[in-house]
Amino acid sequence: MEQKELLERLVETKENCYHCGDECPDNSIRLIEKVFCCNGCKTVFELLDENNLCNYYSIDKNPGTTRKYHTKRNYDFLDDADLRQKLIDFSNGVKTNVTFDIPQIHCSSCIWILENLYSLNSGIISSKVNFLQKKLFITYLEKTTSLKRIVELLDSIGYEPLLNLEDKKEEKAKSHYKSLYYKIGIAGFCFGNIMLLSFPEYLSINVAQHEELKKIFAVLNIILSLPVFFYSSIDYFTSAWKGLRKKIINLDVPLALGILVLFLRSIIDIAFLNGAGFLDSLAGLIFFLLIGKLFQNKTYETLNFERNYKSYFPIAVTVHKENKETTIPVEKLKVGERIIVRNNELIPADSILIKGNANIDYSFVTGEAIPVERKNGEMIYAGGKQVGSVIEIETIKEVSQSYLTQLWNSKAFKKESLSEESGITAFSNLVSKHFTYAIIALSIIAGIIWSSDSTLAFNAVTAVLIIACPCALALTSPFTLGNTLRVFGKNKLYLKHTHVAEALASIDTIVFDKTGTITENGTANVSFVGKELSEEEKIIIKSAVRNSAHPLSISISKFLSAERFLVPTNFKEETGKGIEAEINGSVVKIGSKNFVDAKYSDEILSTQVFVSINSKFLGYFEIANKYREGFAGLISSLEKNYNLVLLSGDNEGEKENLRKLFGSMAELHFHQSPHDKLNFIEFLQKKGKKVLMFGDGLNDAGALKQSNIGLSISDNTNNFSPACDGILDSKSFNRIKDFITFSKTSKKIIVAGFILSLIYNVIGLAYAFSGTLSPLVAAILMPVSSITAVVFTTLSVNITAKKKGLL
Amino acid sequence: MQVIIVLIAASLLVALGFLAAYLWAVKSGQYDDKYTPSIRILFDENKKAKDTGKKSS
Repeated sequence: MEQKELLERLVETKENCYHCGDECPDNSIRLIEKVFCCNGCKTVFELLDENNLCNYYSIDKNPGTTRKYHTKRNYDFLDDADLRQKLIDFSNGVKTNVTFDIPQIHCSSCIWILENLYSLNSGIISSKVNFLQKKLFITYLEKTTSLKRIVELLDSIGYEPLLNLEDKKEEKAKSHYKSLYYKIGIAGFCFGNIMLLSFPEYLSINVAQHEELKKIFAVLNIILSLPVFFYSSIDYFTSAWKGLRKKIINLDVPLALGILVLFLRSIIDIAFLNGAGFLDSLAGLIFFLLIGKLFQNKTYETLNFERNYKSYFPIAVTVHKENKETTIPVEKLKVGERIIVRNNELIPADSILIKGNANIDYSFVTGEAIPVERKNGEMIYAGGKQVGSVIEIETIKEVSQSYLTQLWNSKAFKKESLSEESGITAFSNLVSKHFTYAIIALSIIAGIIWSSDSTLAFNAVTAVLIIACPCALALTSPFTLGNTLRVFGKNKLYLKHTHVAEALASIDTIVFDKTGTITENGTANVSFVGKELSEEEKIIIKSAVRNSAHPLSISISKFLSAERFLVPTNFKEETGKGIEAEINGSVVKIGSKNFVDAKYSDEILSTQVFVSINSKFLGYFEIANKYREGFAGLISSLEKNYNLVLLSGDNEGEKENLRKLFGSMAELHFHQSPHDKLNFIEFLQKKGKKVLMFGDGLNDAGALKQSNIGLSISDNTNNFSPACDGILDSKSFNRIKDFITFSKTSKKIIVAGFILSLIYNVIGLAYAFSGTLSPLVAAILMPVSSITAVVFTTLSVNITAKKKGLL
Repeated sequence: MQVIIVLIAASLLVALGFLAAYLWAVKSGQYDDKYTPSIRILFDENKKAKDTGKKSS
C-alpha cells in the first residue's frame, strides 16, 4: 500500500512542472532533479535560482504560470516620454512611483517574489502588492533603471503587467471610499460621546442643583454634533439637492429634511428652551445610515466592470515610416499610416493588409477561436489578433472610428446610471415620493391642530418631521440588496452594484448571445463525415493533431480514441491552413479544404477540417458547438415567463438545433453585427421591454450596455470581460432562473421591511402629534427601528437563500 | 461636582486620541488593503539566503 502511494507521488512529481504545476508532456526538460513543462518555465527558475529567490517555490507549490504560450513582447514603446508620463503615478525626476495591474497574482508566492523584486533589479526601491486588487506598487530610481526594464523584468518572471491608460479613474473611487471611512469614524466618535453626555437626561437624574453642569453638557453636545452635521451627513444633502434639481424625490430628501430639522430643533431647544435636544438621535441616525452605505458600497474589488476597448487594445503601435520603425501611442495613430503587427498583437484600427500572411484571430470580437486568413489588399478589422508572422498594414480609419470601436461612440455609452435612464426606478424612490408628501402634510396638520399654542405647534411640527425621518426605510434596501449581492457572489454571479440586484426582479425579456455565451469555449461536438476510419488511420491522425496547439486540433485529438501514438518524422504546421506530417511512412494532411486539396463541394455551414492520407481524401471532421450544460433545462424553465431572444453574429448553421432548444416562441437572429445587436436591444426597449442580456465578447459590449441589465459570461472571472453590470461565472450559468426568482424575493423582503419601519413611524407619530416627544423616546425609537430593519432584512435574505439552496 | 468636568475633559481627550489614531490609519492606507498584510507577515526575512543555499547545492 505504502509503496503504491510512494509510486504515485513519484509519478506525480515527475509529471508536473516544478514552476507552474502543469503536466509535462515528457520529462526531457530538467535541471537539478527538477522537471519543467517548457523552456520558458525553466528560464524563470534559472533566473530566480541565480538570485537566491527559490523561496518562491517553497511558500506555495508550483506557484508559477505556464510559459508555454508566452511570446516575448517588444516594450520599446515604454521609452516614449509622453506614454510613460501617462502610465506612472508620480515622479520627481529621481524617484518614480508606478502602479501595475498584474492578473497573474494568485498566491502567497506571488506576493513574496513581487515584493522581493529589489533583488532582481537594484533600481527598485520598494514594491508592494495589493493581493485582492491584483496590483503592484513600485518605487524606482530613474537613474539606475527605467520603466521599460521593470516591465521587461516582470514579463520575464511571468508577471506581465496589463498596460492601459484607463485605470486612472479608479483613484477617484478610492478616495471616495476613504472619505466614507472618515465620515463613519467621526460620526461614531461623536455619537458615542453625545450619548455619554446625554445619560443624565435618559436616567432623568435631577440636575436642577447643578444647572451649570447641564449647560456644559449641552454645549459640549452641540460642539460634538457640528462635525456630524456639517461633515458626516453632507452626502445626504448633496444627493437630496441633486434629486430635487432633477425633480426626483429620492429617499435622501426626507432624510435630509429630518436631519436638518433634528439639528435646528436641538439647537433651539438647548439655546432658548433649556431643553436637551435630540443631538444623540441625530448622531446615531447618521452613524447607522453611513454604516448602511458602507455595506451597500462593498463591491468586488478584484473585478473590473468598466473595461472598454481601450483596455484590450495595445497602448502603442510600431509605425513604419521612411524605412524606419518607431513606436507611437495608439491615440496618435492617424489614417494612412503603415504599422507593423507582430505575432499575437492586436490590430488597433481598421486597415488594409499590405505585406505578409495575415491570420486573424477574432476571438476578442466574435468569440470564435478559429483564425481567418486574409490576403494582400483585403480589409482587416480592428480587434483581431495576428497569429503567425509579422504583417504590415495601412490604417484606413482612426482607432475610435473603426468598425468595432465605433460602438463606444453610440449613445448607450453616454447614459449615466442604470436606474435613471433605463426606465427601472428603484422601488425606494417610488416610496419616498409618497412618503415625503405624506409627512409634509402630516406636519402641516399637526401645526394646524396646535395653532393656538405656538411653542406646542413648533414642537409638534418638528417632532413629526423628526420621527418620520425614514432611517429604517433607508437601511432596509441597502441591507437587503447588499445581502442579496453577497448571496449572488457566493454563487458566482458578481453584480456591479446593488441597483442591479433590484432591477433583476423586473426583467421580462432575456437576450442571449451565441458563441461563448450559450456555447462552451474550448469544447466542441466533433463528428467525422466520410468513410469510417480504420484503427490505423485513427492512430495516424491522432498522432498528427496532438502535436498542434490549434483549438481545432485539440478538439479532434480529444474526439479520436486511439490505442497508441506514433512520433511523426516530419511535422509541419502552416498557420491558418493546416498540418502536414509523416507518420510511419504515410503523409497525412489535415486542415482546410484547399490545403488538403479535397474534391468536395458542399455549402459550408459549420466548421470543417479535412483529412487526407497519402493524398487520398478520407472525409472531414465536423465541429459543432457544444451548448453549456443545463442550457436546455434553463430555457424550458424560462420560456413560460420570459421572452427569449438569441442574437448571434454567426451563420445559420446551427439554426435547426437552436430552434429545437429555444422552442417555437423565441426569436432567433443570425448574422448580427455588434451594431445590429445594440439596435435590436433598443428596439425591444422602445416596445417597453425590460431587457436582460447575456454576452461575452467585445462584440456584445454595445448591446450589454444598452440593455437594462447586461451580464457578461466568463469562464474565468479574472479574464477580460466587456463593460457590464455584472459578471456571471459560466459554472453558474444554469442557475439564472434561481437568481431572477431570488431577486424577486429580495424585493418582497424590501417591501416587508418598509412596512415594518412604517409601523415604527406610526408609533412615533402618536408621540409627535401630542407634541410631547421626549429626547428619550426619540433616542430609543430611532436605533431600535434601525436595528430591527437591519436584523430583519439580513435574516430573511439569508433564510430564504438557504431555503432556495443558494447558500 | 467640579471633578466631573475634569473627568469629562480627560475622557474626551482620550477618545480624541483614538479618533486621531483611526483617522491616521485610514489616511495612511491601512484600510485600502485588508488582506495582503495578513500574508506578508508570515514571510520569513532571513529564510531567503539559507533556504536557497541548501536547495541549489
